[in-house]
Amino acid sequence: MVEHLNAWYGKTHAIQDISLTFPDKQATAIIGPSGCGKSTFIRCLNRIHETQPKARAEGRVLLDGNDVYQEDPTEIRRKIGMVFQRPNVFPTMSIYGNVAAGLKLHGGYSHDEIDTLVIESLKKSALWDEVKEKLDQSALQLSGGQQQRLCIARALAVQPEVLLMDEPASALDPISTARIEDLIFDLKHQVPVIIVTHNMQQAARVADRTAFLYLGKLVEIAPTRDLFERPAEKLTESYITGRFG
Amino acid sequence: MGEPPAGPGAGEAPLPKSAGESPPTPSPEPPGSSERRRARWADEAFGAFALAAAATLVALPVLLVLIVGQDAQAAIVRFGPAFLIGRIWDSNLPPVTFGASTFIAGTLETSAIALLIGVPLSLGGAVFLAELAPDWLRAPVASVVDLLAAVPSVVFGLWGLYVLVPYMRTSVDPFLAKYLGWSPLFAEHAGSQSGASILTASIILAIMILPTISSVSREALRATPDSQREAALSLGATRWEATRLGPLAYARTGIFGAAVLGLGRAMGETMAVTMTVGNSDNFASSLFDPGQTLSSKIAINFGNAVGLERSALVELGLILMALSLLVNVVARLLLRSMTRIGKAGV
Repeated sequence: MVEHLNAWYGKTHAIQDISLTFPDKQATAIIGPSGCGKSTFIRCLNRIHETQPKARAEGRVLLDGNDVYQEDPTEIRRKIGMVFQRPNVFPTMSIYGNVAAGLKLHGGYSHDEIDTLVIESLKKSALWDEVKEKLDQSALQLSGGQQQRLCIARALAVQPEVLLMDEPASALDPISTARIEDLIFDLKHQVPVIIVTHNMQQAARVADRTAFLYLGKLVEIAPTRDLFERPAEKLTESYITGRFG
Repeated sequence: MGEPPAGPGAGEAPLPKSAGESPPTPSPEPPGSSERRRARWADEAFGAFALAAAATLVALPVLLVLIVGQDAQAAIVRFGPAFLIGRIWDSNLPPVTFGASTFIAGTLETSAIALLIGVPLSLGGAVFLAELAPDWLRAPVASVVDLLAAVPSVVFGLWGLYVLVPYMRTSVDPFLAKYLGWSPLFAEHAGSQSGASILTASIILAIMILPTISSVSREALRATPDSQREAALSLGATRWEATRLGPLAYARTGIFGAAVLGLGRAMGETMAVTMTVGNSDNFASSLFDPGQTLSSKIAINFGNAVGLERSALVELGLILMALSLLVNVVARLLLRSMTRIGKAGV
């Protein structure tokens, strides 16, 4: 749940007083034209926005009733996983090492537990069958789509309570994109997914609810079907019918 | 009527045609052609110059090795491979004996300790400047560090001789001996109390290689894409963990390369080492002992060496070259195996 979130890059007021709620077991898509602040918005949810120079955020982001901005950011980022626009595997690590990276970071896992979680995460991200024979090989051997699913596995391994995805398929070919979308569809039953996308069809395919952001403000949030078929706001309607953006 | 413009236009390249079609042009000659000829000539000249330069670059090291090898021949023939393990350098007693092992050991020891001290320091500095320092601090601190690279080595030598050597004698050596004296590396011997020693030279070398290692590894760290840092941060990494998982891992080949550059400089450095190493031909078993490196031995002796000793000194130079080459080759092999793990198949 987000209350009155505001964020800035230097003097640019990128997010202006956004409040909304993300229900459990659902995928929520955030759409809007380039530069509307949708990436910035989800980057505020796990407090990675503030790691950029001159960036800051204010407001309340509640996870299990606790304000994210009152807690240790590293703990928050473990609980709120994130997948980025471009696959950013660790190039010096093996496939296994990439998935285990977060677990090793937090410690307290036995060898067997790490093994189990790595396998489980690779299965959840639908990559297991393709990599089970070559877990110790470099992650860079994988194709772009596989690398992105490896990033999803890496995020899932630390058992997050929410998964943020920042245009996860924008750098991928159509087939890889379809696989990622299928994956999101399955994942949302285990962990709520918040996905930023500039692709309205993608939002329509994967999301239960869709929020439309424009110029840093939340214009409308509604069940996906309603938003696309009966938008309440004139602005939403002109965007989804392609009149701007 | 249509003949004059069509004639040259059909016979020649398009350039003269366009010139013929524009009457306001004052020059009757096609203006482009002489320029083109000059350009073609320049092209050939440039090609020839580049070829000659490349040939020189290849010929110079070959000639250098040949001539140095020729000068060293007398010593090579006289002592054979035993020169490499011989410990004694004596030009006074009738059967003159020259051996290089003391100096080889001195070079390897000082360079290794210099790396041991220099790498963590410069890497720490590089990480600070690349990852942690606020923007306004970055440029000034970086230029101060780079300035260190511009200090001539004889100035480092002077500072070493007048400041560091006495300080080592009065403070550092006794302190280390007190706490680490149980180890033979830090044992105090008669004649090892001057302050000029293998350790002192190593410290000077460590300072001298700081700017090289830190600026090269700083650049490597800066070249790491932000997405690597964010990958680590998004897993819940702290700042240090994110640096380790992100830039430090991503830039490790660059950092390794920086260390090899530093090692190369440390092995070849002459002036500052000669002024602080103590210049003793005896094998230094303790770090407090005065010693000698390949380069410092050459620098100390070349002025008055004649005959076989001169040839033996040249052979020391040859060994130093071979060592540097070896370091480079090994580094390249290591680098290749590192990148093979990192980027296999791509």
